[in-house]
Amino acid sequence: MIAVYIIIGIVVILLIMVIATYNGLVRLRNQVKNAWAQIDVQLKRRYDLIPNLVETVKGYMKHERETLEAVTKARNLAQQASSSGAGERAKAEGELSSALARLLVVVERYPELKANQNFLALQEELTSTENKISFSRQYYNDSAMKYNNQTQMFPSNMVAGMMGFKASEFFEVTVAEERAAPKVSFP
Amino acid sequence: MWEQIRSNRIRSAILVAGMGALLLLLGYFLGLYFFDSTTAGLIIALIVWVMMLLIAYFQGDGILLSVAGARKIMRDDHPRLYNIVEEMRIASGLENMPEIYIIDDPAPNAFATGRSPDKASVAATSGLLQKLNRDELQGVIGHEIAHIKNRDVLLMSLAGVILGTVVILAWYATRIMFYSGMSGGRRSSRSGGGQGQIVVLAIGIILMILAPIAAQLLYLAISRKREYLADASSALYTRYPEGLASALGKIATSTTQLKSANKATAPMYTVNPLREEGRAASDLTSTHPPISERIRILRAMAGASVADYDLAYRQVKGRTGIIPVSALNDSGDLALRAASAETEPAEESTEKVKRTRDTSELMWRLGNYRTLVCECGTKLRIPPTLRAPNVRCPHCGRSNELT
Repeated sequence: MIAVYIIIGIVVILLIMVIATYNGLVRLRNQVKNAWAQIDVQLKRRYDLIPNLVETVKGYMKHERETLEAVTKARNLAQQASSSGAGERAKAEGELSSALARLLVVVERYPELKANQNFLALQEELTSTENKISFSRQYYNDSAMKYNNQTQMFPSNMVAGMMGFKASEFFEVTVAEERAAPKVSFP
Repeated sequence: MWEQIRSNRIRSAILVAGMGALLLLLGYFLGLYFFDSTTAGLIIALIVWVMMLLIAYFQGDGILLSVAGARKIMRDDHPRLYNIVEEMRIASGLENMPEIYIIDDPAPNAFATGRSPDKASVAATSGLLQKLNRDELQGVIGHEIAHIKNRDVLLMSLAGVILGTVVILAWYATRIMFYSGMSGGRRSSRSGGGQGQIVVLAIGIILMILAPIAAQLLYLAISRKREYLADASSALYTRYPEGLASALGKIATSTTQLKSANKATAPMYTVNPLREEGRAASDLTSTHPPISERIRILRAMAGASVADYDLAYRQVKGRTGIIPVSALNDSGDLALRAASAETEPAEESTEKVKRTRDTSELMWRLGNYRTLVCECGTKLRIPPTLRAPNVRCPHCGRSNELT
């Protein structure tokens, strides 16, 4: 009789452990999803900012049409890539980031532009959006690493395997070198 | 950070229970004195206690913010501060955006308050906005967001309000006792005067002693460990400990003292605001670890993870680490990032002018002043109380109409 109770006890304890692990995994997976949504919000915000920026800058930068075109093109490509996987998306966004960085370097040559209130406000928004993208990416990657560790480490990997928890992809932006970025010729 | 959160809960409970005991004791003696009945006093004390708890819980942050003279700002009032708070919210994984407040004070400092991570506020002084560049401000705001994320804020606002009430109650109680004692102690004289007088006198003395002790308890409750942890979290969020280190350096060398800070609100601030006027803040204070030490630890960090902070702490202090083991386990290898463009020395001076201008614009606007630009380019600040139909420009003498 005692043996039966012991077995029942062990089963109950195991069940509780499995449930706790499962819930922990679900919580982490939701955190990862949530973090991904945050990146999405910030990337969309950047798509919205760029036409505004190009419009403001255009009047001042008569000789930089190529740079501006490159930014617009990179933005459109990134927006198209937004429905594909993390890897491909990260690449497109990385190119957009470097195109923007090049534009902001060029801006330094135009002091009148740097005195424009409208531009200054936009620049603050853009800087902050860039930061928000990298912070949301950072939080996403941290969450993904925590989640992946749980799905791969013993004993939680057993529960993860049974319930179909799959490791999530990291969002690594390989910031392309200026030379490596695609040259866009203006027709 | 779960260990820290649990220890905060326990501390909050102890604080609240201790306060209750103090009040019941007070009620017991007051009842004995004024009503000749200890039960009546106890009931009154109980009611006061519950009311105080409710006020501290639901209004604590509001009270502290108004005591500090903080005013709420919206996104357009100061986009840069708003953006930085949002950046840190994202980096910390906090779900709700905290409310942002500004205190009009040239001394650079900041604090966070609130009930829970869902309902919290961050307050910064105008001096902080003027003196710090983007990276530094990010470090300080990261520190405040860490207090919210680690649930330090509820304890802080609870402690602040409770302490304030104790001080006020003790003050009034001793006053009442003093005057009624002078007029011969109406009620106590009925039940054998002399003894009652002595008891009352004793309570008065006890209360006067207890108020500063309660303050001391609060100072201990808001421990240094919490500050170190918030520093570690700030470095983790920003991946740039140098930002906070250099901000702390600027705050430490500032010699202006925060006007609105007092003993009850001091533990909330990033850096203890109650140092002596004209003296640098690097001296030892009990609520905050010495700034120089915090800076040394931050600068000794080899990476941005909590484990790196722990290592740097051990290097500087030569003691066992500060971070709970549970928090150390799941922190991986995190590299530091480079400084942002604004930190470059060449940019610093023009940035400083712009920052100062932005902040003073904001303060004028928050004071409901209107800004009128005269044709000669002079900016006229029109106070909200001015009723005249037009105002003369002091620079060129043109008359500007107020519409």
